[in-house]
Amino acid sequence: MTVVAMQVNGKQVSADVEPRTLLVHYIRENLRLTGTHVGCDTSQCGACVVHVDGLAVKSCTVLAVQAAGSKVRTIEGLADGDSLHPVQAAFKEHHGLQCGFCTPGMIMTAVDMLRRIPKPDEATIRQELEGNFCRCTGYHNIVKAIKAASEVL
Amino acid sequence: MNATDARKATGIGAAVRRKEDFRFITGNGNYTDDINRQGQAYAYFVRSPHAHATIDAIDFADALAAPGVLSVLTGKDVAADGLGGLICGWLIHSKDGSPMKTGAHPVLALTHVRYVGDHVAVVIAETAAQAKDAADLVNVSYGELASVSAVAQAQDKAAAQVHPEAPRNTCFEWELGDRAATEAAFSKAAKIVRLDFANNRLIPNAMEPRAAIGEYDKGTGIYTLHTTSQNPHVARLVLSAFVGLAPENKLRVIATDVGGGFGSKIFIYSEETVCVWASKKVGRPVKWVAERSESFVSDAHGRDHQTHAELALDANGKMLGLRVKTIANLGAYLQLFSSSVPTYLYATLLSGQYDLPAIYCEVDGVLTHTAPVDAYRGAGRPEATYVLERLVETAAREIGMDPAEFRRRNFIRKFPHQTPVIMAYDVGDYEASLNEACRLINYADFPARRRESESRGMRRGIGFSAYIEACGIAPSAAVGSLGAGVGLWESAEVRVNPTGSVEVLTGAHSHGQGHETTFAQLVSDRLGIPIDNVEIVHGDTDKVQFGMGTYGSRSGAVGMSAIQVALDKVIAKARKIAAHVLEAGEGDIVFEDGRFSVAGTDRGMAFAELALQAYTGHKFPTSEIEPGLKESSFYDPTNFTFPAGCHIAEVEVDPETGVVRVEKFVAVDDFGNIINPMIVEGQVHGGVAQGIGQALLEHAVYDPETGQLLSGSFMDYCMPRADNLPSFDVGVTITPAPSNPLGLKGCGEAGAIGSPPAIINAITDALGIRDIAMPVTPERAWRAARGL
Repeated sequence: MTVVAMQVNGKQVSADVEPRTLLVHYIRENLRLTGTHVGCDTSQCGACVVHVDGLAVKSCTVLAVQAAGSKVRTIEGLADGDSLHPVQAAFKEHHGLQCGFCTPGMIMTAVDMLRRIPKPDEATIRQELEGNFCRCTGYHNIVKAIKAASEVL
Repeated sequence: MNATDARKATGIGAAVRRKEDFRFITGNGNYTDDINRQGQAYAYFVRSPHAHATIDAIDFADALAAPGVLSVLTGKDVAADGLGGLICGWLIHSKDGSPMKTGAHPVLALTHVRYVGDHVAVVIAETAAQAKDAADLVNVSYGELASVSAVAQAQDKAAAQVHPEAPRNTCFEWELGDRAATEAAFSKAAKIVRLDFANNRLIPNAMEPRAAIGEYDKGTGIYTLHTTSQNPHVARLVLSAFVGLAPENKLRVIATDVGGGFGSKIFIYSEETVCVWASKKVGRPVKWVAERSESFVSDAHGRDHQTHAELALDANGKMLGLRVKTIANLGAYLQLFSSSVPTYLYATLLSGQYDLPAIYCEVDGVLTHTAPVDAYRGAGRPEATYVLERLVETAAREIGMDPAEFRRRNFIRKFPHQTPVIMAYDVGDYEASLNEACRLINYADFPARRRESESRGMRRGIGFSAYIEACGIAPSAAVGSLGAGVGLWESAEVRVNPTGSVEVLTGAHSHGQGHETTFAQLVSDRLGIPIDNVEIVHGDTDKVQFGMGTYGSRSGAVGMSAIQVALDKVIAKARKIAAHVLEAGEGDIVFEDGRFSVAGTDRGMAFAELALQAYTGHKFPTSEIEPGLKESSFYDPTNFTFPAGCHIAEVEVDPETGVVRVEKFVAVDDFGNIINPMIVEGQVHGGVAQGIGQALLEHAVYDPETGQLLSGSFMDYCMPRADNLPSFDVGVTITPAPSNPLGLKGCGEAGAIGSPPAIINAITDALGIRDIAMPVTPERAWRAARGL
């Protein structure tokens, strides 16, 4: 076992875990932040995307020990109190989610996308989403939501 | 905002933003894997690596001695506890009258494994990692046997047998329609169009993998199962009545937030059964969460048909008859509705939107050494639509008629219309959808767009699909006469609280469809109360008395109709109470915009005041009217509903690379009345994406020699990504359904039903070829472009 400490959503946290523990399991099982999801075992689906030191990463592909000392932000840390992040608000306004399972990863990816590319066109948004699967929406309203968010950010 | 405006903003027909979204966008959803029970242990399943083998011995001594392991259980333990097997709930009879044939479906394999991923043993340990590590130490001695996985080979005399009970792997040889009348129609034909095609096997892949937690309360003897289910009551019924886990009153099934279903979470699988059973044996809650690789091998798959079909036409392009022979792969075991999907959910739709006087369809259901095949979004109806709409488009081309015009010439125009294959269509306007779709895609200008593509060396094509489906599958007596083991009504209970807020308990289940919003819209509209005062309760057998769940686009037509009937009863009783409180005759009480008033006076009371009166019982004779305000309904529709529409796809194929781009996709659907257009459009988008996935990307492939699933991960099974798809153009036409009080037809599956033939019709048009197999990978399109 090894003690892994990091900052998650602005709070200092620490847990004693097996060295093989993935960041996503550290977040879900040790911190009980269950908004970050596991949708596959091959790093394709993107349901587990969180931000580590400001960059979007698939937390199923990072060991918790690799994130030790980092600043991690999960979906739970995105809204400012009751005030939704513009990407969250846009997903609701434009019906960018149905079952909601891929949604946290989609939103974290979109936030990172808009940080790098503030005004993406539709083709760019679609390309940038290649690491996130959604089985419900056909992506139509997700693309629309991200475009709308880019206009208010 | 006054009451009328408020109702317009949140009532029927408004694009109300979803009530459920806040928890999902903030990471506060409550999916099964998010639930953790005090003291829970973890299960990991030992699965068969072989498609077909005998289990000669299982040595789990090392596993049992591994760190953290609590128990290793096998099929022998299941048998020793006298548990029954998993069941199929729909009995099909072959044309000779004999019932379908298949072998038992044990919860854990006993003597044989019959597909890769079949369940051999379960290891239960303190942590998920310990259970998985220990599962590697379970040593199973298999006697490998030959296997068969392809539908085309299953009935060969030399093919390996899946179950001894089903000779030639044939579960049933079923027929529908009038053979003699169809032969006669073909004998008069001026033109016969023939096609052979496969409907490719798919894997549903809801983004949330299946999961379960079983828990046993020693004090009360009650089991609780948290599970990813589309129909928790049906799960409880099957686990009680057939598997024999516990009496219904000692088993609670809870399905909270479920991350997509698409059919795959209707079924009762081994894993959740084992979690419940094992929880008593180990004296701890037992949790299991599928890894995606497990989902690939063990979730029920969809489609997998091999079909020969023929369409007979007269000299004027009128359809005379349709003849279809299909072999449907059922997999190694029948799942809950396996037998109904390629029969009554398939051949009954083969008349499509057309006045087809004679139809004859034969379906052989075959068993193979593959995962069970059952309902996947559309379930039988996409397969029927594919057969018919590919034939229709091909026929139009071969007689030199515009495909839109050919369809117009053959549309059913008078309702009700009795088809030769059971269904009696009640209402529709197929030409309206076709015309609107042509307008949206600007059909008239297609030749110019094609020329423009050709000027860049690309090939452009356009393809139609005019689909029909049957939803709201009912009435119960009718489905019972066709072999269903259950009724397909739905229940609702409307509980008005003393302060006028309302809880609605529904037997339908939401796993992405947005019931918490749409069902509340209905209540807000009818009772004239704010939508935030309405809570929709579902997915818990302790709260909702019974229900059939959500699949087959039934929640609106059947589930909301039940709510509507219960609301009628609430309003009727409230009216009686209002008459007493307002000291007027019941006939003079008007209920409008959430207010009971005496006609022609200013005397009245708001719904919330009435609710309080109902619970105080001070102002009406409780000997005549019981206090309280709570009503329920078990609603059984009078007919199926028949959503229909027209999809048109326009594709561009790069002959140099074979890449197919969907340039435009128009879907115009007639879903009857619409509660929330935003949600309906979202359902269409998702369905179309899955249909385009089937046409271009997705294919579950088993190795024909070994029966290994070759497409067993997201690296091998091509899921539609955002950049594979265009934005969609969605329109509606409306003919309200007469078979339910809200006029709803259902919208959940249409996208997946209508779209695959539209895409393939467009590709064959672009390349000037007669047929191409799904999925149209770049390699297939590249070869076709070269005539290879």
